[in-house]
This record gives sequence, structure tokens and C-alpha cells, in this order.
Amino acid sequence: MLNRYPLWKYLLILLVFIVGVLYALPNLYPKDPAIQISAANSSTSVGDSQISRVTQTLEQAGIDIKSHELDNDTALIRLENSSQQTAARDMASQSLGQGYTVALNLADSTPQWLQSIGAKPMNLGLDLRGGVHFLLEVDMDAAIDQRLDVNASAMRDTLRGEGIRYRNNTTGDNAIRFTFANAEDRSQARTLLSRQYNEFTFSNNDDAGPTLVLTLTEQAVNDIQDYAVNQNLTTLRNRVNELGVSEPLVQRQGPNRIVVELPGVQDTAEAKRIVGATANLEFRLEASDSTSADQQQAFEFRSDAGRKAALERDVIITGDRVSNASTSFDDNGRPQVNINLDGPGGSQMNRATRANIGRNMAVLYIEHKTRTRTVTRDGEQVEERVPYTERGIISLATIQSALGNQFRITGLDSPTEARELSLLLRSGSLAAPIYFAQERTIGPSLGQQNIDRGIMSVIVGLILVLAFMVVRYKGFGLIANLALTVNLTLLIAAMSLLGATLTLPGIAGIVLTLGMAVDANVLVFERIREEMRGRSIQQAIHTGYERAFTAILDANITTLLVAIILFSIGTGPVKGFAVTLSLGILTSVFTAVMVSRALTNLVVGGKSLKKLWI
Amino acid sequence: MTQIDFMGKRKAAYIISILLTVIAIGALAVKGLSLGLDFTGGTQVEVSYAQAPSLDDVRDELGEAGFGNYSVQTFGADTDVLVRLQQTFDEGIGQQVIGALRAQGEQVDLVRAEYVGAQVGDQLRDQSGLGMLIALGVVALYVAFRFQYKFALGALISLGHDVVILLGFFALFGFDFDLTVLAAVLAVIGYSLNDTIIVYDRIRENIRRSQSNDLIRIFNDAINQTLSRTLSTSGTTLLVLLALFFLGGDMIHNFSLALIVGVVLGTFSSIYVAAAMLLLVKLEREDLIPAKRENAVEDELP
Repeated sequence: MLNRYPLWKYLLILLVFIVGVLYALPNLYPKDPAIQISAANSSTSVGDSQISRVTQTLEQAGIDIKSHELDNDTALIRLENSSQQTAARDMASQSLGQGYTVALNLADSTPQWLQSIGAKPMNLGLDLRGGVHFLLEVDMDAAIDQRLDVNASAMRDTLRGEGIRYRNNTTGDNAIRFTFANAEDRSQARTLLSRQYNEFTFSNNDDAGPTLVLTLTEQAVNDIQDYAVNQNLTTLRNRVNELGVSEPLVQRQGPNRIVVELPGVQDTAEAKRIVGATANLEFRLEASDSTSADQQQAFEFRSDAGRKAALERDVIITGDRVSNASTSFDDNGRPQVNINLDGPGGSQMNRATRANIGRNMAVLYIEHKTRTRTVTRDGEQVEERVPYTERGIISLATIQSALGNQFRITGLDSPTEARELSLLLRSGSLAAPIYFAQERTIGPSLGQQNIDRGIMSVIVGLILVLAFMVVRYKGFGLIANLALTVNLTLLIAAMSLLGATLTLPGIAGIVLTLGMAVDANVLVFERIREEMRGRSIQQAIHTGYERAFTAILDANITTLLVAIILFSIGTGPVKGFAVTLSLGILTSVFTAVMVSRALTNLVVGGKSLKKLWI
Repeated sequence: MTQIDFMGKRKAAYIISILLTVIAIGALAVKGLSLGLDFTGGTQVEVSYAQAPSLDDVRDELGEAGFGNYSVQTFGADTDVLVRLQQTFDEGIGQQVIGALRAQGEQVDLVRAEYVGAQVGDQLRDQSGLGMLIALGVVALYVAFRFQYKFALGALISLGHDVVILLGFFALFGFDFDLTVLAAVLAVIGYSLNDTIIVYDRIRENIRRSQSNDLIRIFNDAINQTLSRTLSTSGTTLLVLLALFFLGGDMIHNFSLALIVGVVLGTFSSIYVAAAMLLLVKLEREDLIPAKRENAVEDELP
């Protein structure tokens, strides 16, 4: 019979709607200000003793604690009052010491039964709610030292290649120094090097034997610093995007600082660890008997501090050559990182491994860290940062055959470590170490007045659409409005599930999607009106839906194609917009084609009507 | 059903379209887009009050002192305030801001004033540009596959027409082009494409059903048949946008403006650019009706 759905279709639609309501529900619960504590490295862990130490400290300081919980090695302490949040963070950080990361957080208060089905609320963006503000300082001296080291090693090669012997080579104070046996060697070296290195000024010094001093020009120093900050900016953007935080803010501030603002992210402690991480990899051959002593370096294993291995000083490639990385598990269920190298990296790796089949190759994990210590200088307490580097072998394996640009590494502690390593390899390494200079909560960038007006205009817009539909399509307008409500619920549920971030333009975008979602209904209703000339009412409804279908399908598929491509290529705000748009298209096609059809069938289907209220 | 001779007036529409496009390209070339704080960066000033201020008062004071395009946020504590300005950083700007904020005799101290870079990196800009081109290419392929390549050509030109004129409009009047406006432009692309495909769908259907070779008549019929749908949809969308424009406040003002212009353009172009282009590229009945004409007709019988 025309215009009747079987029972299962009604039930299916009802089921989808109920699931939608459940997953949209968490957005009705407000968020609590909180501090989040997690272990900074694998040697510490968070447990009840840490929580009780922190809660005692906070209670003594008169900070009201709402509740605390421990989940997956991460403690969350909820506070009553958001103005005490920063103070609470500082106190907790002080009482726990170096081994822990303490971060500000906005914790959702979704009830347990909703959490157990994975429901969570949407984040509100920086403009509506604010978030966490990290100020990172780029270590410029380290950037310059790194560049000097690279240059010095290339110069040593050049000198060795030409047979010019030097006695000593040091770097520091923006300069590279070579001491020679006699002035003749020095002038030879000077002629040779000055041809290649024009970002240095050359001068002679005879204080400690004939010395050649190559000082970086001011221009070169500025270029290096600029490059370091910009490169770090790009890397941080990549990392923040990899974290899945939509609508973040990453921008340069002043000559050597970078601001990262994240809207109330779920796991700020993780964000902090990822944003600040400087981990990289080096691939080196194990030293053989023929390797001379000054070409060897001994390293400890990360998993087993007592075990050591001597590696060659020469590096085959570093993690910078990695073009893609992902995690998986090996046959024994241990985490592994699958690595793809870029073109030059692949051929370097291939050359090195082909010539050394049967030897061992080590993967070295390198992390630049800083320790903060308080020292008394001129009677004042000053915080001093001491940078240090941790290097440890994560795997040492025999080269069975020549490697290409795809291979995998094992030997990582945990799936979390594997995941973070692959994220860091994907997003690129930092050109210079960075450290946290400041961490604060930041208020919404829009005034309350602006937010209120925005929300109000959105509600007015929505009511206007609903009213318009009823006026123009009467009974069918009511059906369209019901379908629209289902659409809005499903859209909010889908965005919450994906962890999308809601900004004011985002909300306006949702309403706009609704304005356009009406389109599918309008197409159908106009077509029904048209088909009513010369057809029975039931037939007109049936043909109306049928004929409008190709138009709805083609129009929505083309727009969906645009959205999918914007999503896969765009970053940041463009990506966020693409998500809203594609979800909006999917839910509106579903509601216009299935839900509104079902409602129509339910109300008028199969009845003999003389007149249609459209 | 209304019968308006849309195609008969297409010469006038061509002139309007070409004129608008030329003005838009001229405005973009000469004046360029006036990019907002998100794209240009500017100055960031951190100040500390003795007593927690009302942020709305802070905004008013900055506005009165003649600063344009600023954001004001609390920073950590209620008494610390972060101000971002689009103005280029110079030595004196911190003191200027403090001066403006002390207008009512408040106790304010400058913590720091610094240059801030753009929120949108070059990478985002380049990738988005590339993404847009690929998206257009894929859409063209889809339309060519579902309709015919002449339709794809018309859809692309109509889309380009809308985007260029919209950008030109923002350049000409010097309205701020920020990330929200970028989002609006992307939405306009979706909307305009949607509108074009609806008209094309009806043209395709009418060509396949009718025996006539009078394309102008077929087009007019198709446009008239979809007219009440076009007006309904544009009407509801414009209703929402006007509400956002008049009631929504500063933040979504430019966003809704861009969309209002875009929706009007999209509606116009789906009729006069997208459909009229099909006449220019000499669409023929045979383009849509391959050898199996009889079958196609049979399918349509109820």
C-alpha cells in the first residue's frame, strides 16, 4: 500500500532518536573547575597517597574541594570555586615535586550512567568559555648552539678533506674557534672556509696559538632565531591539531615566545606533555671492533638502566626524516611504531643498512628537558632553568636485510608511549627546545553581552524558521518542524561524540545548516503540491517524495564532497567548520528522507483523504 | 504556476554579472581584503587592576580611545586582563592602552606589551587554498558524472562568480575579513552549489521528459517550477541571517553579512549564471539522452 512503512522502520527511527537524545544530554550539565595530575614520566605514578597529600595541602590553604577521582593513572580534583584554580594548581605542583604534571582543567560533570555509554559534552570554544593559556619560551641560545655545532662538524669535515690539521675546535658565544699548529695552516683554512660560509665574519686571534674565529653575523643570528621560532610555531600547530583539539590558538608573541591556547581540553596534562615534548629519534649502528674509540659513544637502555651498548658516533638518520608514523601491536601484543621515511631518508637508510647486513642497529630516544631550580643570587630568589638531555636506547636489533623507507620499531614501554612518539614524529621535531614560561586560565574572548546577544539571535532565527514553515506548509510544516528538532538533536549528539568544539560562529553555522536542512523538506512539499494536479492525494505524496529524492541526493552529495575535502586538507577552524557541515548534511538527509517521511506516513498514509493540509 | 521569462532577460543579467565581477576583481587588486586580527596579528597588552574591573567597561574605554578591533579577556585572576589589538606593535602602545584604561581613575598597571603574530599560519592559508581547488575539481567530476560535463562547467563558473563577487564586496567596503568570514565564505560555497544542483536537476528531468528542442522554454519551465522552492529556502535562510545580523552583536555581524550577500548571489547565479551558462556552452538535448531514449521515457510512466 502507498505511504506505509513497516513497523521496523518506525522502530529504527525511534531508536536512532533515543540514542541521539542520550548522547546530546551531557551538554545540559555544567562543567567544574578542576586540576588534573598525571605522572610526568614512567618512573612515577599517581595513586591515593598523592591525592591525599594534595587534598590535605589544599584544605589547609582554605581551598574548597568538591570531589576527587582517580582514573587511568590521572587524578582529577574538582574545586568549588574557579577563582582558586590557579592557586590550587601551584600548591599541588609544589607539594608533589618534579615527577608530576599538574594542569588546569574544566571537568565535565556528566553523570556516571551517561559516561558509561561514552557520552560526553561538547567543548565550548575560546570565544565562549575561554580555556588554558600556555606561554612557551623558545631557547634561542640552544638554537644558535645547535646551528654552530652542525656548522662546526661540517667545517671539520672540509678541513680534514683538504688535509689541513687543527689542534682544537670549540664553539660558544655565537662563534666557532679553530686553533692551528701554525699561521700558515690558519690562512689556508681561512681562504677555504670563507668561500663557503658567508654567514660568518672571520678574524684571527693569537692569544692561545694561531686561532681562527668565525663569528655569526648579526643578520645570521636573527635569521636563525626567526627560523627557530617559526619552525616551532609550525610544529606546535601540527601537534595541537594532532591532539584533536579543534579551534585552538597558536601564535607568536614577541621575539621569542609562542602562545598556545586550548579551549577546555579533556586532558590538559596530556596536552602539556605533548606541546612541550622534544623527543626525537636517532638511528645509529652499533660500534664494531674496527670502530676507533673516539668514534664510539656508550648509551644505556631505557628499559634496563644497567645495560649499555657502544654505538657509532655517526648518525644514519634522525626522526626529522620521518614522513609518517603510526602505532600498532606486534604478534606478542607489544606496542610498536610503524615508520615511513621521506625520499632522502629512505635512500640514506637503504644505503647504510645494505652495506651492514648482520650488524646491529640501535634506535636512540632523545629527549631535551629542563629542570627548574631556585637559587639565591644577590640575596634574591631566582628561578633558574637547567637544560639537560636524556638519551636511551629503545631497541638494538640485527639488520636482517636492507631497509627501505618503511619499517617498524619496537621496545617501547607502553601503548601510550608508542602513541605519543608516533604523534611527535608525525608533527615534526622542534627546531629549538622550548619551556613553559606561564600557564593560566583565560576568560572568554567575547564579552558576556556579546555571547548573550549571539545566543538570543540564534534562538530568534530558529523560531522564525519554525514559524515560517507552519505558515507556508501548515500541517506539513509541523511535520518538517518535528523533523528539524530530531535533526538538531542528532547533530548535537554527533558533534558531542566527535568531541567538536563549539564557537559562536559554529553555533551560527549550525542554525544555518538547519535553515538549509529545511530545503530538503521544502523540495518535497513543493513537489507534492505540484503532483497534486491530476493525481490522487496518496499518489501525489508518494511521487513527491520519490521525485524530489534525486535533487536532494545530488545537492547534498556535492556539498558533502566539498566538506570532506576541506576536512582532509584544511586545519584548525576550516576543519571544525567542515565537521559541522558534513554532520549537518548527513543528519538533515536522514531526517528529511526518513523521519519526515515516516511522520507523513504515520499521520496521513493509507487514509482516504479529500484534501491535504499543505 | 507563475511563468516568468527568466531566460529572455539573460542579456541584462550577463551585463550585471560581468560588471560585478570586474568591480570585485578590481577592488581585490587595488584595495585588497582588509584582513582581521586573526590573519595579521598585532599587539598584546597584559594589564593588572587593583580591583576586578567590568570587562564591558574596559571594552568601552578602549573603543572611546579610538582603538579598533580589540579583544579583552580575563587572564588567570579576575584582576588581570589581556587585551589584543590589531594595531602594529610599537614602544609606546602599552602606555597608550594604560592611559585609555585610567580614564575613569582606575588603578591599572602595565604588566607587559608585546607583538603577537597571526593566528592563522601560512600553512593553513596555503593548504586551505589547495583544498578549495581540489574540492572544486572533485565537485566538477561528480557533476560531470551525474549530469554532463557542460553542467560541470556551468556549476564551476557559477561558484567562482559567487565567491569572487563576495570577496570583492568585502574588499570594496573595507569590512574586516576574519576567520568567521572565512567560514561564511565556505558556507556560501555549499549553499550556492546546493541551489545550482536543484535547478540543474529539474532541467535534466525536463529535458528527458519533453520532446521539445526549445531549450530556452525548458529552462524557463524548470526555473519557474523550482521558483517557489528557491524563494522558500532562500527566504528561511535569509530570515535566520537577518536575525543574526540585527540581533547577533559584533562577533557574528560580518559573518551574517557575508552570508546574506552570499545567499542573494547564490540564488541569482543558480538562475542566471548556472542555467544561462548551459546556453552559452551550447547544451543539446542529445547530451542528456543517450541512445536508449525509449527506455528513459518508459521509466517515467507511473
